[in-house]
Amino acid sequence: MREVDRRSKHSRRVFLKGAATAVPVVAVATSVAVSIEDAWADDSSTLSPATMKTLLKVARDIYPHDVLGDSYYITAIKPWDGKAAKDASVKSLISDGITRLDQNARDRHKVPYVEVPWEADRVVLLKEIEGSDFFQKVRGDLIVSLYNQKEVWPRFGYEGSSAEHGGYINRGFADIDWLPKA
Amino acid sequence: MAKFDLNDSSVVVIVGSGAGGGTLGNELAQKGVKVVILEAGPRIENHDFVNDEWESFSQLAWTDARTTSGTWRVAKDFSGLPAWIVKAVGGSTTHWAGASLRFDEHEFRVKSTYGNLPGANLLDWPVTLAEMEPWYAKAENKMGVTRTNGIPGLPGNNNFKVLEAGAKKLGYKTVHTGNMAINSQPRDGRGACQQIGFCFQGCKSGAKWSTLYTEIPKGEATGNLEVRPSSMAVKIEHDTGGKVTGVVYADESGAMQRQKARIVAVAGNSIESPRLLLNSASTMFPDGLGNSSGQVGRNYMRHMTGSVYAVFEKSVHMYRGTTMAGIIRDEAANNPKRGFVGGYEMETLSIGLPFMAAFLNPGAWGRPFTAALDGYPRMAGMWLVGEDMPQETNRITLDPRVKDKFGQPVASVHFDDHPNDLAMRAHAYKQGAAVYDAVGATVTYPTPPYPSTHNLGTNRMSEKPRDGVVNKFGQSHDVKNLFVSDGSQFTSGAACNPTLTIVALAIRQADYIAGAMQKKEI
Repeated sequence: MREVDRRSKHSRRVFLKGAATAVPVVAVATSVAVSIEDAWADDSSTLSPATMKTLLKVARDIYPHDVLGDSYYITAIKPWDGKAAKDASVKSLISDGITRLDQNARDRHKVPYVEVPWEADRVVLLKEIEGSDFFQKVRGDLIVSLYNQKEVWPRFGYEGSSAEHGGYINRGFADIDWLPKA
Repeated sequence: MAKFDLNDSSVVVIVGSGAGGGTLGNELAQKGVKVVILEAGPRIENHDFVNDEWESFSQLAWTDARTTSGTWRVAKDFSGLPAWIVKAVGGSTTHWAGASLRFDEHEFRVKSTYGNLPGANLLDWPVTLAEMEPWYAKAENKMGVTRTNGIPGLPGNNNFKVLEAGAKKLGYKTVHTGNMAINSQPRDGRGACQQIGFCFQGCKSGAKWSTLYTEIPKGEATGNLEVRPSSMAVKIEHDTGGKVTGVVYADESGAMQRQKARIVAVAGNSIESPRLLLNSASTMFPDGLGNSSGQVGRNYMRHMTGSVYAVFEKSVHMYRGTTMAGIIRDEAANNPKRGFVGGYEMETLSIGLPFMAAFLNPGAWGRPFTAALDGYPRMAGMWLVGEDMPQETNRITLDPRVKDKFGQPVASVHFDDHPNDLAMRAHAYKQGAAVYDAVGATVTYPTPPYPSTHNLGTNRMSEKPRDGVVNKFGQSHDVKNLFVSDGSQFTSGAACNPTLTIVALAIRQADYIAGAMQKKEI
């Protein structure tokens, strides 16, 4: 069978170019992973960097795929900052939602949400707010903003548009080789 | 190409250009009848289709406002999107998968066969399979259906091979790559299927039959057919004698126009067609045009549907190739011993990663959900499509609050599953999972119905005027020169996909209309 190359083609360079154009050159030059990972959130204009970083954790906890690096999730959630800049109700939806989540985390675990160490414990916190507008909007948005990234598709073995490659008639539409003989 | 005057009252006006309207338009044009088709959506040719699920959805889907109610899960998960159908020239024949099956004999006689089922508004069709057979044959020839007219079946893709192997292990007998209106070899000026996938996003190669690039250009070539895209019908008008006289519609610029007509045929799919009749109420027809029976908008059917996806140890890549070229027909018969009347088909189905995320289990999140998506390349899938029960209370009404941009009330879609639908779905989920378990599935997912693609029954055929909206030719019981030409005229839904029957009825209706015009009956 023709397998799909599922290695990440989503290099850090591409990510920086595509999603965080305002990252200072010096941050790139340091090439220290941590500082680059942090830089994306400082790029936000309306939502605080701390809010964005918590939102990233929330996104990972809602749709956890361990094969996907943060960059895909950052691409998925970054537009919230722009939407918040345009619409005060969006800003409060996200900010207040994160504030409440952090408060619940502190009440339960004495630390903010991002510092709750186990995913299972964070999921309990998310369950508590599952019915909220904040959670539903963030989750509903992620279904498209995460899974509709073309760069994500090969990671799931999905090849996307095929017509320009002549379809699959010569590219493995019937190449399954492990079925028991009928 | 023809261009008819708005005041030309000799034309037949057809509302909608899909399987019903597009076919009727061409058939009439071939017989020398002048036709104007009003299509609500734009004209998008097949080379402009895109192999991208969400982008294609934006390009083709009917996303105008609708409201929903009822206990069906679609009302909760997709409250503004009860149906996944198309607003473009070609209608939902751009989006359909191509499965082209004939009804069984008993499926035209459901009241006689199933008896009195509490809550079900069953009625026999005023037409029989024997009467329909010659029209089915014409439809199959027109559409180039595989395994008819000497046309070979399509080759099976990976998804089919999994289905076939499981079905055979389970002892199912009738398993093949379907009766598909998709060219397995060049035919009728169109090429053979290139196994592109993306059948739902419009067939870029044109191998799949769609009125967009078959019926409509053929009709236009006669000089008797004019298609007006981006023309949304808002009201059908009538005279004091109770005959329809024309259709008021919003043109591309949004300006209201009035096309006069000798005959009006409504083919806007089972949500918009009753909406148009209800929005055409007048002093003479206070409950909606042609609605003396009170049945306009009622008996809304959407098929018992559901999907089963299964994950295996090794790769399947189900998305490669023709989406629905695979069928198990063994459960399609009526066998009440299973605990329900009617039957269902099991057909291969795949959706891409973006739609799998949206539809596998709407609203779900966390590890159980993402584990399923992680299995995507090792997934096989099938669609379950079976006969659902017509119920008077499942119904299209005019929303009392929400209006469209032309000030017309939008359609409100109410649906509750009948107990028979639920029993059938439970059986189908079990059998679907068994097919995949037989060849080593490690997990199976019984996936809930998507927004409706098969919308049926809301202007149903009946022998007696009090039981339905139209007669056996789709002609209104109340208004002689008003016809219904889409799936809304279905008296019952049968187990199989409806398009072949819509096309067969449209060919037959064209024959009837042309004859009646010649005899000056209408």
